[in-house]
Amino acid sequence: MKTRILISFFLFFLIAGTTISSFGQEDKEKTATEGKFDASTFILDHIADSHEWHILTWKNGENVAIYLPVILYSKEKGLDVFSSKKLADGKEYKGYKIEEEGDLKGKIVTVNKEGTLDEKNLPLDFSMTKTVIGMLSAALIGLFLFLSLARSYKKSGISHPKGIQSFLEPVILFVRDDIAIPNLGADKYERYMPYLLSAFFFILINNLMGLIPFPPPFGANVTGNIALTFVLATCTFLITQFSGNKTYWKHIFFAPGVPFWLLPIMIPVEIIGLFSKPFALMIRLFANITAGHIIVLSLICLIFIFDSLAVAPVSIFFVIFMDFLELLVAFLQAYIFTLLSALFISMAVPEEHH
Amino acid sequence: MILLANSLVSPGVGTIFWSALIFVLFLVVLTKFAWKPILSSVKARDEMIKGSLESAAKAREEMLKLQSDNEIILRKAREERENILKDAREVRDKLISEAKGKATEEAEKLVEKARVGIENQKLKALSEIHEQVATLSVDIASKLLGKKLKQSGEQAKLIDNYLNEIDLNKN
Repeated sequence: MKTRILISFFLFFLIAGTTISSFGQEDKEKTATEGKFDASTFILDHIADSHEWHILTWKNGENVAIYLPVILYSKEKGLDVFSSKKLADGKEYKGYKIEEEGDLKGKIVTVNKEGTLDEKNLPLDFSMTKTVIGMLSAALIGLFLFLSLARSYKKSGISHPKGIQSFLEPVILFVRDDIAIPNLGADKYERYMPYLLSAFFFILINNLMGLIPFPPPFGANVTGNIALTFVLATCTFLITQFSGNKTYWKHIFFAPGVPFWLLPIMIPVEIIGLFSKPFALMIRLFANITAGHIIVLSLICLIFIFDSLAVAPVSIFFVIFMDFLELLVAFLQAYIFTLLSALFISMAVPEEHH
Repeated sequence: MILLANSLVSPGVGTIFWSALIFVLFLVVLTKFAWKPILSSVKARDEMIKGSLESAAKAREEMLKLQSDNEIILRKAREERENILKDAREVRDKLISEAKGKATEEAEKLVEKARVGIENQKLKALSEIHEQVATLSVDIASKLLGKKLKQSGEQAKLIDNYLNEIDLNKN
């Protein structure tokens, strides 16, 4: 048994090493013209959102990518929908192009008739980007999983869980018994269960999909995108504020036991506290997942930085190690986000007699 | 690099829009079609298990109670039987002793009666015998007298004799 694991481990190393190294050669071709391999650009390009889903670059510099739909709205030109292939490699289309340098790198900008950048008239970009496709796929996978789960519950009634149920039910019960009930109390938790479960599984599926490098729609840095974490944190924020009861608001604007003259200081502090909690949620998830992706990519980049195949086994060993760690982080971050959401909501619904 | 990182931490409007749309749809659809049925059937199952456990415990308790009740009833019945048997034995003994007493009494009475009867009869018989003897003797005497009295002198002698005899007898 042990030897078999060892053999498969080495086999994996061999295969992974060769594929990565050939991939590295392609990149080296490309970067060779620019001189030294720029790891930070490479990493940030992979982490940042993109209008195309880049798969690989051939030796002759040709890109293989999935071109995603671009949806733009600007006051002058109205709504424009087209494939991002038309903007690939810095091409210009309908007065739009993807900026390649500077502050707006990767964003779609408007180009003047003179061919210069028109920074005042940036279009609103509603494109289905890599992140959007990634999260859409995650949502569809989630919907498929849980709708079929619900169907199997309808079929089996209240008998013991089987099949997909036995796999997912413990996780659902974990969210219920270890996140919702301890924080919100047995009498209030039911109202918030749908949100907590949805947030938990949405984050979890996205985290896990982000860890799988290939093929699309896997491998996108979805939960490491601040827009998504912003939306999730906003949801928690809104639910918290809308379920806030009298005691909660009284504590914010008229904290009991605080001297009257302290209130002008306390009220702003409390109001900042309202926003800092979801802000922390947003940053925590974003930073953890992005950091994970950066570390994995950095370890792979080591091969190209040292420009040596000999580094590959070491690098891959660490990548595998990191991937296991990230697997833990994927669950952990989903858990922490849900736990803190439940905690914040519970702070908004204290017992009235308090 | 810092500039590039800047684009990482500045959320794009479009991405926010799509994220919100996708997440809210995900939330709404799953709430309606997945979480509610799943949670309710999980809850129903939990409650059923809880209810079954409770009713099992109750049944066990009831069974124990019944068992102890049975034992009490059995014990009572046994006591009752003992009592009844004891009573019966007492009654029997009493009856027997009573009967015995009565019988002796009766027997004594009968014996007494018999004795009295016998005494009476004896007396009667004796008096009858006396009478009989008297008549017989009178008869005999008269016969003898008839013969003897024919002889003179003799008569008076005889009468005196008799009279003496009778007096003696009477004493």
